[in-house]
Amino acid sequence: MKLNKLLTSAAVALGLATGAVAADDKTKVGFVYVGPVGDGGWTYEHDQGRKAVVAEFGDKVETVYVENVAEGPDAERVMTQMALEGADLIFTTSFGYMDPTINVAKKFPNVKFEHATGYKRADNVSTYSARFYEGRAVQGHIAGNLTESNIVGYIGSYPIPEVIRGINSAYLHAKKVNPDVEFKIVWAFTWFDPAKEADAAKVLIEQGADVILQHTDSTAPQAAAQAAGNVYTFGQASDMAEYAPKPRVSSIIDDWAPYYIARTQAVMDGSWESTDTWDGIGAGMVKIGEITDAVPAAVKEEALALKASLADGSYHAFTGPIKKQDGSDWLAEGETADDGTLAGMNFFVEGIQGDIPQ
Amino acid sequence: MDLSAINPVLLIASLMVAATPILIAAIGELVVEKSGVLNLGVEGMMITGAIAGFATAVETGSPLLGFFAAAFAGAALSVLFGFLTQFAKANQVASGLALTLFGLGLSALMGQSYVGVKPPQMGDIHIPVLSDLPVVGPILFGHDIILYFGIALTAAVWALLKFSRAGLILRAVGENHDAAHALGYKVIRIRLMAILFGGACAGVGGAYISLIRVPQWTEGMTAGVGWIALALVVFASWKPWRALLGAYLFGGVTVVQLNLQAAGVAIPVEYLAMSPYVITIIVLVILSADKSSAPAALGRNFHASR
Repeated sequence: MKLNKLLTSAAVALGLATGAVAADDKTKVGFVYVGPVGDGGWTYEHDQGRKAVVAEFGDKVETVYVENVAEGPDAERVMTQMALEGADLIFTTSFGYMDPTINVAKKFPNVKFEHATGYKRADNVSTYSARFYEGRAVQGHIAGNLTESNIVGYIGSYPIPEVIRGINSAYLHAKKVNPDVEFKIVWAFTWFDPAKEADAAKVLIEQGADVILQHTDSTAPQAAAQAAGNVYTFGQASDMAEYAPKPRVSSIIDDWAPYYIARTQAVMDGSWESTDTWDGIGAGMVKIGEITDAVPAAVKEEALALKASLADGSYHAFTGPIKKQDGSDWLAEGETADDGTLAGMNFFVEGIQGDIPQ
Repeated sequence: MDLSAINPVLLIASLMVAATPILIAAIGELVVEKSGVLNLGVEGMMITGAIAGFATAVETGSPLLGFFAAAFAGAALSVLFGFLTQFAKANQVASGLALTLFGLGLSALMGQSYVGVKPPQMGDIHIPVLSDLPVVGPILFGHDIILYFGIALTAAVWALLKFSRAGLILRAVGENHDAAHALGYKVIRIRLMAILFGGACAGVGGAYISLIRVPQWTEGMTAGVGWIALALVVFASWKPWRALLGAYLFGGVTVVQLNLQAAGVAIPVEYLAMSPYVITIIVLVILSADKSSAPAALGRNFHASR
């Protein structure tokens, strides 16, 4: 698989290089994807954003993308090829592309880079991410209400702040409505591997979980939950509405289109600057997919109220008192977490069992 | 840590499911290699079988027809490999790798309109009384028919290779194609049949992933299973029952490590994640100490004029 990815991306990169004599009046925008555009989750939504850019600007832009790019040296080569080929703006859409993006950006000071979910910036490197943890607060609220076994399964991808933040947010809000709730966490160490994700979901179901949350990109957990019959899941990154009304009872949807259009516009105007964007439900970057009728009406109402309070800023998903897992104090009564701590979050909150892999 | 949360019966039942695609693909490849041909295109044939089986099952509503279509698609792709290596005398390693890349691309193309579609369910066999037995029931009598087919296939291939005349001829071709040719056997024809069989098996293994293990289609969903099957043939010293053992071991450790994680065992997750590969390799390397070697003509092209 590694080898074949390597060969594919090499072949694609070559293809890009040969088509290099593009007219310069077009703004060229490149996208580097970690999964296939047909994954139905993360990469799918980024590609929807790319299509929105094409729809918005028509002939004035040219977009290129490379899918299934491994997080490592491969990524660096693909980005270099895109830059060599004349891309004006390159979106790199996975956390593992952080260092490669910085490295390539150094070599091409005139090309603008945008890295999703990272924290390293440069004069020509912006970062952008969405406050998925706000969406996870809503899901956690629903999950805590729905579970009858009081065991919620969570499929994590990699132990990075983004994922840990999501687990903490979901746990805190599940705990609020159901003090007996317990989270069982399985790390898949992949963003996208349907067979592994399905196995992970099955294992969690066998060990008693009747609600599954996931931070991986495919719909395999939904399929496994459907086969089990009495298990609830949530769409991740995409709506995954094909599994509604049950097992999928709601979802977190990433909407990158407005951001991609705005940033492309900025490059065209020459007004592009290195920024750090982190928008949530309020700005529309994170959306909550329809809460289906499988959820009791009262719970649905509460969830929508929670969503509204997150959107207008009257409530923060991490509001004290919250202790860390080891029992030490983190947030005092009424205190909210600052973005710096959230961005680098590397600890579980009190009550979650298990260690974070180091 | 709560080990009591792990149900050993469910664990064994699910490890058998996890092992089946690897097993079926590995048995197919074992026959191919026994005939002296090295086909590295297993991954490509599996993914092609996965989408062909999926598409057929969705269109016809019959998962069983899907498996037939998958076998056909895998075999059809292997014809390409057979033509290149047996008639055009192309390098087997390069042709096999090309077949994998081709299969991955082809399947992505074929699957574009099937993303997000749900296939018809393949029911588990339910035998009254037997399936309801405690412990034994879920492990032995509660699975889908393809899982049993995998085990039966292993037994059949073992018996065929060991006891039958056809098996003897196949092995002769794999050990020394010139001698087999001198005795009047059609080396190319026998090898082509082996290649077709291997392709069909890989296709069925792939369809098992898309129709039963995950029930959905996503690009690249075989995620390296074909390569594991290839490695398994070597570590199993080209012996069918060892391939079965290896597949179950691999599937078993995969499922166990997820179970241990969910139960909160304090072993670093990275060790758990690599354990299926490490343990399978160690056990099979120990087993292969009996000096059973590869078919002597493995990977060598045959031309009657030499």
